[in-house]
Amino acid sequence: MGGLGLVLSAILAIASRKLQVPEDPRIDEVEDMLPKANCGACGYPGCRPFAESCVSGKSNPAKCTVNSKDMSQFIASYLGVELGEEEKQVARLACAGGNHVARMRAKYNGLGSCRAAVVAGGGGKACSWGCLGLGDCEVSCGFDAIKMDEHGLPVVDEEKCVACNDCVVACPLDLFSLQPISNQLWVACKNLDEGEKALADCEVACTGCARCAADAPEGLICIKKNLAVIDYTKNSLASPVAIQRCPTGAIVWLEKATTLKGQAAKRIIRKDPLPIQSDPNNKRL
Amino acid sequence: MFTKLQRTLDWRHWFLGTFPHGIHPAENKHFTAGLPIQRLPFSKRLVLPLSQHAGKPSKPIVHPGQEVVRGEPIALADGFMSVPLHAPATGVIREIELMPTAKGPRTLSIILEVYPGDSQEVRYFKSRNVDEMSQQEIVKAVQETGLVGLGGAAFPTHVKLTPPKDHKVHTVLINGCECEPFLTTDHRVMLEQAEDLVAGTRIFMKALNAERAIIGTENNKLDAVEAIRAKLPKDGSITVQAVKTKYPQGAEKMLAKALMNLEIPSGGYPSSVGLAVFNVSSTAQVGALLPVNGGVIERVVTVTGPGIEKQGNYNVPIGTPIRFILDQLGFRGSAQHIILGGPMMGSCISSLDVPITKGCGGVLVLTERDVQSEASRTSHPCISCGACVEACPMHLNPCQLGRLAYKSQYDEMQSSFHLNDCFECGSCSYVCPSSIPLVQYFRIAKSANREKAKKS
Repeated sequence: MGGLGLVLSAILAIASRKLQVPEDPRIDEVEDMLPKANCGACGYPGCRPFAESCVSGKSNPAKCTVNSKDMSQFIASYLGVELGEEEKQVARLACAGGNHVARMRAKYNGLGSCRAAVVAGGGGKACSWGCLGLGDCEVSCGFDAIKMDEHGLPVVDEEKCVACNDCVVACPLDLFSLQPISNQLWVACKNLDEGEKALADCEVACTGCARCAADAPEGLICIKKNLAVIDYTKNSLASPVAIQRCPTGAIVWLEKATTLKGQAAKRIIRKDPLPIQSDPNNKRL
Repeated sequence: MFTKLQRTLDWRHWFLGTFPHGIHPAENKHFTAGLPIQRLPFSKRLVLPLSQHAGKPSKPIVHPGQEVVRGEPIALADGFMSVPLHAPATGVIREIELMPTAKGPRTLSIILEVYPGDSQEVRYFKSRNVDEMSQQEIVKAVQETGLVGLGGAAFPTHVKLTPPKDHKVHTVLINGCECEPFLTTDHRVMLEQAEDLVAGTRIFMKALNAERAIIGTENNKLDAVEAIRAKLPKDGSITVQAVKTKYPQGAEKMLAKALMNLEIPSGGYPSSVGLAVFNVSSTAQVGALLPVNGGVIERVVTVTGPGIEKQGNYNVPIGTPIRFILDQLGFRGSAQHIILGGPMMGSCISSLDVPITKGCGGVLVLTERDVQSEASRTSHPCISCGACVEACPMHLNPCQLGRLAYKSQYDEMQSSFHLNDCFECGSCSYVCPSSIPLVQYFRIAKSANREKAKKS
């Protein structure tokens, strides 16, 4: 038995020498320099595949949005490649309907998860496109960049956000999307209802009144199905002019950490949640 | 009416067919089981979602302002996996717009304003002889009626009538179990529309070239068995059989097991073991509609629950908003939960503008007193007692599935634990001593998996 063991171990020893796949030692080095968050923001499944792609030159170290600038520069100089340029992206929520402006038509008291609410009759919010505020995105965020505010809306900390896409996947209503930080003009609404109905459900809904489209340079904003849609290929034309006449403040200009609403936007003073009402305006039945 | 005690003591009930596992929730059918089907008035406005069935939504063929008569097609089937839609009342089309549905997201719906002074007769019909129709003609005619599974799944009936070529259907099962607590829709249909039911069964047998048919019902509805038996043809090709009362006996796989001792394979159709299963209400509608070339414009709905003043079984036009039904029948002050369908598998609605659709067999209104308090809803950690495993009629392991769902490992739930075999009967959540909302977890997992499959 001992002899058999020796023979087999000898075979294994030879095989491990002969069949060895030589691997670039720099991959391990680069992997050590990466943050090991395995978040996938670079577009690769994890940090090691990203390290492999950096070493082989398919990707550049700047694609890692979690690493500090200095560290990325260090990796670039270690590999002797260009740092590359990546514009910072952040996750943005296409809804501003907190519980002080958006009406609830029923009380949802099931499992505390947005996806559960969507499966069980769509939750209690009157606007069926709006944020349910149960915080699936907050749970999914591995970088502590999303916090629910006092009105039940997630707020993204742009400093901490690395655009890893986790909240985009987690949101069952597809309200999150990754946007380059230079996209400052933003429509914080997804309601496709007609103006009056949209307003009955939420005070900050886009009514599709097309004032922004008229004020903005030709073709930047168009109205599709009662909702303003911004064509970001023409983003260089965007300016805060477009938001000035918006009656509800659904279209906003994002400046660093602040959200600017237009002059004409209705001021929201209420802080408390709106009471639950089945449907105050519907007397047609 | 047969109480639980009578059924337990009578030896003739001991040897009836059934399936392994399952649960015995309180039946609560005595509120409405003895009340005959009544007609509900027409609401001023009917809301007709274009997608009331499994499959592609129908294509509207009307425009706002157009007048329609009762029974006239207003939307056509879009392909084979789709059914048309008929006007449930004479009136004028107001608009086609997004309206809330029981599922949550708004869908495109036709709004029909009903003429208040109209006699509301079905004026759109054409008599024909069903006996002379060929198999293909029957399948086409069934699709034209817009019929879907009225038991709740809303699967187009004509698709079931065209099994894959290599499957030979020998037996048609007509499902009259209605295992959901509170609901008595199918019970009343069997009692009052037995003639249509038998006629419909014969049409299905002809379309599928099946040798025999069995109408199966639970042994708490033996009066229905008697009623149908009186109308059966003499040749013995159609029989009525009672099975033990147990939830979820009304699932087609459970019925096949109880009546034929056949198991439908995982992911397979009933036709792979030579069966075709139809709901009794659907069958009765086929029997009534096919000879006159009509469409599904109304259905029997059990409106019940402690929150309703006038409980009963009502013939409700498709598209009637829940708000109107509550107004007509009166609800007691603290109505809290409104569930479309039964308490086990039905879905809570969040808007009173949700209409009755083809698949909805019941409206259950619960009051504050019936709803669990916040404290008793809190779930505790799984203690691995195995009660859910004992209860699961599909022989799944809900306990393990629940643990995986808690960690969001939805892929593994599907690949190793047959998540898609779960038909969400809710037996596991019902028995769980830790009140873990298992079936809700599974619904989340399924929806997440579906979304993932759609994206990739």
